[in-house]
Amino acid sequence: MALDKFQIAQRIAKELKDGFYVNLGIGIPTLVANYVPEGINVTLQSENGLLGMGPFPQEGKQDADLINAGKQTITTIPGSSFFDSAMSFGMIRSGKVDLTVLGAMEVSEKGDIANWKIPGKMVKGMGGAMDLVASAKNIVVAMMHTNPKGESKLLKECQLPITGIRCIKKIVTELAVLEIGEEGFILLERAPGVTVEEIMSKTAGHLIVEGEVPEMKF
Amino acid sequence: MSKIFQNAEDAIADIHDGAVLMLGGFGLCGIPENCITAIVKKGVKQLTCISNNAGVDDFGIGLMLQQKQVKKMISSYVGENAEFERQLLSGELEVELIPQGTLATRCMAAGYGMPAIYTPAGVGTEVAEGKEVRNFNGKDYLLEMAFDADFAIVKAWKGDTMGNLIFKDTARNFNPLMAMAGKITIAEVEHLVPAGALDPNHIHTPGIYVQRIFEGKDYEKRIEQLTLSK
Repeated sequence: MALDKFQIAQRIAKELKDGFYVNLGIGIPTLVANYVPEGINVTLQSENGLLGMGPFPQEGKQDADLINAGKQTITTIPGSSFFDSAMSFGMIRSGKVDLTVLGAMEVSEKGDIANWKIPGKMVKGMGGAMDLVASAKNIVVAMMHTNPKGESKLLKECQLPITGIRCIKKIVTELAVLEIGEEGFILLERAPGVTVEEIMSKTAGHLIVEGEVPEMKF
Repeated sequence: MSKIFQNAEDAIADIHDGAVLMLGGFGLCGIPENCITAIVKKGVKQLTCISNNAGVDDFGIGLMLQQKQVKKMISSYVGENAEFERQLLSGELEVELIPQGTLATRCMAAGYGMPAIYTPAGVGTEVAEGKEVRNFNGKDYLLEMAFDADFAIVKAWKGDTMGNLIFKDTARNFNPLMAMAGKITIAEVEHLVPAGALDPNHIHTPGIYVQRIFEGKDYEKRIEQLTLSK
């Protein structure tokens, strides 16, 4: 069974380590915050200027001055701090943020990522994505294995304009967990009941399968 | 010489056609609402706007776009605005999209008196086209120039008669950086207080950077994505 988006988030949450500072992108990455394992404390960074992002506010407690990078109303938690946008990207650029999780339209077998532009269709801008992928030391991509047309999003080379080069370390899709190695995508885990053959058939880039590939555990 | 202006109309009176403006805010959070309204009323045209976003159709910089006052936008993210998209696709509006951290740091460089900075953001992408690439310690960086803006227009929570500013929550965002970067900085504040009323330890932007200040009124503070806990 392929994972749903909540299970993808749940699997990514297993990458969190105690004490991590984490930046979560919009979409599936945001859901990761709901699955932080017991006994692990992480601090969420929102690049518009907040460390220590709390849950969404209760009705009536929302404040227009307090939003996340997705422009959603949020709250602070004990120990939160605010800062300006230059300092925010300063902590990203200098490697203080331990883990970045973001969505993608395409990832190449070399670790290039495309997620900001579809020429002629969608030109909204890159926001903070280019800064994040250029600097984060540990980037996990959360995405579907194929696009709505059924075409693989794990490619030899990105076809869309790229956001960053050789920056992605790990990918979690509804079918698999993969790592970027020297030679291509290394298959680490399968979704429960999903075959290696199915993953192979939906991966356009070079897929490396070494020995028995275990099923994901939650 | 007093820095205090009575209202936004007076504070922006000398903004001219073709001026380069920085406008603070992230999305609709911490935007200078009063000054935007006054600029729309004044009707100046051919403006270049440096701002992380371009507002929404009927609020923020979107209001200036509706009146076709903007020649060029320099932003990192411009979704959520149909009129913007229409002007972009029809070629009426020039747009330069740059990474958010690069935008912030180009403001910072201007405020710190540095001509340029090196950043890894955009290396190997179309953002790098035509830019100098330099390798430091085995990693490539792009040379990005400090911004040069005629006016920086910012919104703060509290300000005093010396021009000292304090921002609130995530409404801080680009505001203190732009405040430092403008040749003339205009600050609108929710609360204007006498010098001495603010604790010097709590000042985010020292008054030396602020040439004009006024107390704004009728803040709408629109929320773009109201999201509540269930």
